[in-house]
Amino acid sequence: MHYQTQSWGGYMAPRNMSVDPLERIQKLASENAVVIFSMSTCCMCHAIKRLFCGMGVNPTVYELDEDPRGKDMEKALMRLLGSSSAVPVVFIGGKLVGAMDRVMASHINGTLVPLLKEAGALWL
Amino acid sequence: MYLMDRDDANSRNHSRFSDLGELDHPTGFPHDDAVDLSRNSIYNMKHDDVSIVSNINLGGLNSSIEIGVGEGVEVDARPLMFQKDAGVVTVASSAPLGNGNFENWAESVIADSQQTDTSTDVENDDKTQFRGAHHGTIVVVDSMDHSKRTGDQKTLRRLAQNREAARKSRLRKKAYVQQLENSRLKLTQLEQELQRARQQGVFVATGYSGDQIHPLGGNEGQFKLLLSSLIHGGPSHFYEAIVRKLPRAFVLCACLQLTEFHCSLISLLMTMFSGALAFDMDYARWLDEHQRLINELRCAVNSNMADNDLRLLVDGVMTHYDEVFRLKSLGAKSDAFHMLSGMWKTPAERCFMWLGGFRSSELLKILGNNLEPLTDHQLMGICNLQQSSQQAEDALSQGMEALQQSLAETLSSTPLGPAGGSGNVADYMGQMATSMGKLATLENFLHQADLLRQQTLQQMHRILTTRQAARALIVINDYLSRLRALSSLWLARPRD
Repeated sequence: MHYQTQSWGGYMAPRNMSVDPLERIQKLASENAVVIFSMSTCCMCHAIKRLFCGMGVNPTVYELDEDPRGKDMEKALMRLLGSSSAVPVVFIGGKLVGAMDRVMASHINGTLVPLLKEAGALWL
Repeated sequence: MYLMDRDDANSRNHSRFSDLGELDHPTGFPHDDAVDLSRNSIYNMKHDDVSIVSNINLGGLNSSIEIGVGEGVEVDARPLMFQKDAGVVTVASSAPLGNGNFENWAESVIADSQQTDTSTDVENDDKTQFRGAHHGTIVVVDSMDHSKRTGDQKTLRRLAQNREAARKSRLRKKAYVQQLENSRLKLTQLEQELQRARQQGVFVATGYSGDQIHPLGGNEGQFKLLLSSLIHGGPSHFYEAIVRKLPRAFVLCACLQLTEFHCSLISLLMTMFSGALAFDMDYARWLDEHQRLINELRCAVNSNMADNDLRLLVDGVMTHYDEVFRLKSLGAKSDAFHMLSGMWKTPAERCFMWLGGFRSSELLKILGNNLEPLTDHQLMGICNLQQSSQQAEDALSQGMEALQQSLAETLSSTPLGPAGGSGNVADYMGQMATSMGKLATLENFLHQADLLRQQTLQQMHRILTTRQAARALIVINDYLSRLRALSSLWLARPRD
């Protein structure tokens, strides 16, 4: 698991400030095969992380409560998901998969593993 | 001089009191508030004595109400003031009117005594005392010397006071009747509510047409139905006893109090138990229906029914499973801890339960052995399903562990122990608030666990053929039934 606390260097900061949170989310999501937006205090996030680790996947985790722009991103995610809880959210291969229920449903119905393989997160 | 001769009191008690009874029933019956009642005094009229006992608290339902002759008169005895006025002693109460003053009662009684011509005997006594001030609160003493001089004045005053007393008692009667009306209205409203609830209860009983009724309303309806039958069936003998022993006034009083008591009891019980009890009842009914469907399926499989018909039955069972998950989600919303406790399951089931229900991976393991012949594709599908459900279960379990750890950390974040007891209240409140938030995620975990169970069943249904699915459902049911039977045997086992 990779924990990313700062994805941009200091000199890039001014340009960063004007980036729309949703755009930032999309950018971060497309950088790695499996991206999880989480919060360090959230136990459901912990569960989802353990799910991927249990499958042998190495997800990239962004803790929103440790990110200076976390609040905005949290709001953007809430709008994106249409739910009151922003985290956990999983992106695989840059595409939104969803929250815990969607991830689990796709795992049970057998669509998660092929998706992971396609994104290069899993080898047989 | 207003006196009550002991002997006269004896014989005239009844008539006097019955006069009183006509004037007003329990005077100044403050029904607005049961607590009010406790602040009033009761005049205890015994057979052989007119005793005035003050400050007996009615104190709600539990207090014993002393009634003498058969008419209970409740009068407010506030601090009494005595005036000596030219040989006439009147007892003036400082209490506001309309609350049944001692003065008025005494005067009504005395007025009657005047009318029934007993006063002559009484007046002739030199020094007589107002008897029966057992508790020593009220003593009215006359002064014989002035009586003849002020005879006419006394009569006039008495008449005036009679009129006054009659007026006041009319007012009190009006107020009392008003209270009765209000309470009757309340009763009818309650009855209507129960009627509605009964109808709702019928809906739930006849079928799971859950989309037509608000589900929670259905649960509440059931519960109200249960309660109403308890109330109507249960303490009727209690009511009869009251009716027989107490005078009408007190029966009304008791009924009104009980109605209010029942209203609050019902609402209290509903808020406390509606979630847990409602779910238990719904689940029991669901289980019966499930057994019936499975038995039907069993017959169908044994009789080699055609696939199309069999599919209908299988789909029926699957839809019925969706129903239990719906009930569980409702139950979790009203009482997540009850769902997690598994008290709605039998002991053995409860022991081996996982996050509020059965463990899908376990069931799939059992199925694996009982489902052959399976094609390779199917076998792989079932194996993958078992593996993925296992992984999901582990993930959720670890999440729950993290939750427990986090909660422990939060609750111990401010100092514990003898020295830490005097900590900052703000810190404590903050701690509790955070903990509450953490507990809220418990519901989410329960929800995810149920989703997992539901999706596992659905995936299993997808992988298997109709006949295999039918067998699978029967196998699952038989296994769980054995577990339940084991519970019963265990509970009934002989102990030394």
